[in-house]
Amino acid sequence: MNVILIALIALGAIGLIGSLLLYLVAKQFYVYEDPRVGQVEEALPGANCGGCGFPGCHGMADACVKAKDAKGELGDLFCPVGGNDVMAQVSSLLGMEAAAADPKIAVVRCNGNLCSRPKVAVFDGAKSCAIAASTFSGETGCAFGCVGLGDCVKACQFDAIHMNTETGLPEVDEEKCVACGACAKACPKFVIEIRKKSAMAKAPTAKRVWVSCINKDKGAVARKACNNACIGCGKCQKVCKFDAITVENNLAFIDSEKCKACGMCVAECPTGAIHATEPVMAVVEKLKAKKAADAAKAKEEAAKKAAEAKAAAEAAPAPQPVAEKVAEAPKAEKQ
Amino acid sequence: MKTFKLGGVHPAANKLSDKAPIVVAEVPALVAIPMAQNLGAPSKAIVAKGDKVKVGTPIGEPGGFLSSFVHSSVSGTVDKVDVVEDATGKKVPAVFIKVEGDEWEESIDRSKDIVKEIKLEKQEIIDRVKAMGIVGMGGATFPTQVKLTPPPTAKPECVIINAVECEPYLTSDHSLMLAHPEEICIGVRILEKAMGVKKAYIGIEANKPDAIELMTKTAAAGYPEIEIVPLKLKYPQGGEKQLINAVIGKDVPSGGLPIATGALVQNVGTAFAVYEAVQKNKPLIERIVTVTGKSIKKPSNFLARLGVPIQNLIEAAGGLPDDTGKVISGGPMMGKAMPDTNSYMVKGCSGILVMRNEEARRKEASPCIKCGKCVQACPMGLQPLFLAVYSEKNMLDAAEEERIYDCIECGSCSFSCPANRPLLDWIRQGKPKVMGILRQRAAEAKAKADAAKAAAK
Repeated sequence: MNVILIALIALGAIGLIGSLLLYLVAKQFYVYEDPRVGQVEEALPGANCGGCGFPGCHGMADACVKAKDAKGELGDLFCPVGGNDVMAQVSSLLGMEAAAADPKIAVVRCNGNLCSRPKVAVFDGAKSCAIAASTFSGETGCAFGCVGLGDCVKACQFDAIHMNTETGLPEVDEEKCVACGACAKACPKFVIEIRKKSAMAKAPTAKRVWVSCINKDKGAVARKACNNACIGCGKCQKVCKFDAITVENNLAFIDSEKCKACGMCVAECPTGAIHATEPVMAVVEKLKAKKAADAAKAKEEAAKKAAEAKAAAEAAPAPQPVAEKVAEAPKAEKQ
Repeated sequence: MKTFKLGGVHPAANKLSDKAPIVVAEVPALVAIPMAQNLGAPSKAIVAKGDKVKVGTPIGEPGGFLSSFVHSSVSGTVDKVDVVEDATGKKVPAVFIKVEGDEWEESIDRSKDIVKEIKLEKQEIIDRVKAMGIVGMGGATFPTQVKLTPPPTAKPECVIINAVECEPYLTSDHSLMLAHPEEICIGVRILEKAMGVKKAYIGIEANKPDAIELMTKTAAAGYPEIEIVPLKLKYPQGGEKQLINAVIGKDVPSGGLPIATGALVQNVGTAFAVYEAVQKNKPLIERIVTVTGKSIKKPSNFLARLGVPIQNLIEAAGGLPDDTGKVISGGPMMGKAMPDTNSYMVKGCSGILVMRNEEARRKEASPCIKCGKCVQACPMGLQPLFLAVYSEKNMLDAAEEERIYDCIECGSCSFSCPANRPLLDWIRQGKPKVMGILRQRAAEAKAKADAAKAAAK
């Protein structure tokens, strides 16, 4: 009995001294932290994915509070995982109006699938895009496009990007992608871009159009390497009514801020390098059908004209070669 | 016989072309001379379409401190300045020249006479080496003038010439030694003068007895300060740090420069190029390249001008066999597989190796059982199995602790792994990342020290 009592008293005393010590240390080295940081962190998703540009959700919460105190607004701070809902919550916690940002999504800018981009070499080193990209130009003739070994898939924490074994290219899951940008950072060829999810601010379906190619080679070289490559012909630029397309270094780029997803460029692209989501493609099909009909009509008319010209030429054979030359000249200039 | 103390492996030597004489490769009608032929910044083209050039006319100037001159290897007219694919398929700028005749710059001494007397002074030699576009001919293509100007704290004691040629298959250095022993010795003496030292060693592996004998005889006849050191066969003896250890028994400190041991290492090909540059005023416009492989009809050593298509050289050696699985620029251990033979001769190309299908493919990798064979093989005393995992998992702190920055990328670990794990592939990913962190840390420390100094003032 006595032994138990002594043990209890001794342990109790140690515990007491220990707790006293801890209490004093905690008092002495107390660091004040804004209670709002904890509240904001609570509101954030807690994925710690780094998509916001900070090491984790705590860093983001800290930055939000600091931004509020310094500028009175959140500015560029945005949590791609939580989206507008979470940002609205954060704003209200900090006593501000929420400014809605456009939701974004990862977009794969390469459509060189196994059929269109024949393999010219075999890489049998470690299964990593980074290693393959640092070793040589790639298994296909295209030195710019997707390597296809899935570094982006490994980098994704949200199970939102997968390799399609039929095309050999990664595909982004519309529902799961939170646009944290981890895949874009992991890609050694910079094939993945974070773009606005939809051209329409509050559209129920995502309407977006993008150039699914980053090949900067001259048209002929790019085309030789891949049937679906952007050859920088500039047709899309001419047809765009919103001035959203620029062609630089033999490559077209669509500014997602200006693009209205009308689908004109998609219908115009001769190589099919411009891709669009399904709602846009419905429009594109109609545009293409109309174009084809127009072309057929024009052809018919041309044939008619040619027949007439032939008949006229037969009547007066001498001036024919001259007319042919004139017809050829502007063509050559264009080339 | 001497050799380096740590690690090392014994790949089959396969020196198929060691009896082949040096054949002068034909000059084609059009050459393309790449502007990125050295380690560091690529050169800048200084000619334009339509310019007339002669053999030896400079066509590219250094694009930075760590860069070098490039000279025309043919005479003719510049056709265009465009891009070509280098050995790894990456696009690099190049000057295309249409060949017309074979007219050389008048300043070049084309006679066969051997010039023994070294007239130039120390700095003049270094300037000449720079002007003639000399780079390390072993394959790393480090600009030689930079190596000849070590930091002022270094105390050079001797020159070590790397004639080891430990890479299997390659025989370009071997054939060079058999053809030009006297010139090499004079080249070594020029390097001695440039470094202000009076002692030189030439390290040759024991599988080249004829070269060892010839070089020993030549050195004894008039170059008493040059010592020929026969070395026991072991890969990677041609590594700078391994060679220093093998020849003079000193260790390069971890993270330090090889010159810290007092030894300047140069390739035997570089010594010959330095001789030609200093004594004959001839820029680096051609080199010896081995075209070899078990399926190649005539394994050969060619003296090829820079910018000659690789395809032409393979044709000259009997053509590309049907069962080719891989074509490698360099040797089988450290060379780079070429995605296409559509590239051109460069200063660093010591060999073209054609591998058959069955040799070329890697075997399926299986899990590591920690047998430690890679640790035994590593000539730098590292633990490749852990380094590879740290690189794969991006654990850079751990990789730094395990001295990933000391890796010389010789591939002994991948070669010795019984599970066929791609160890070096992964280590090569982690190493530059750790080096980047180290550099950034050094820069930050320097900035801090500078700020402290400024504050003290």
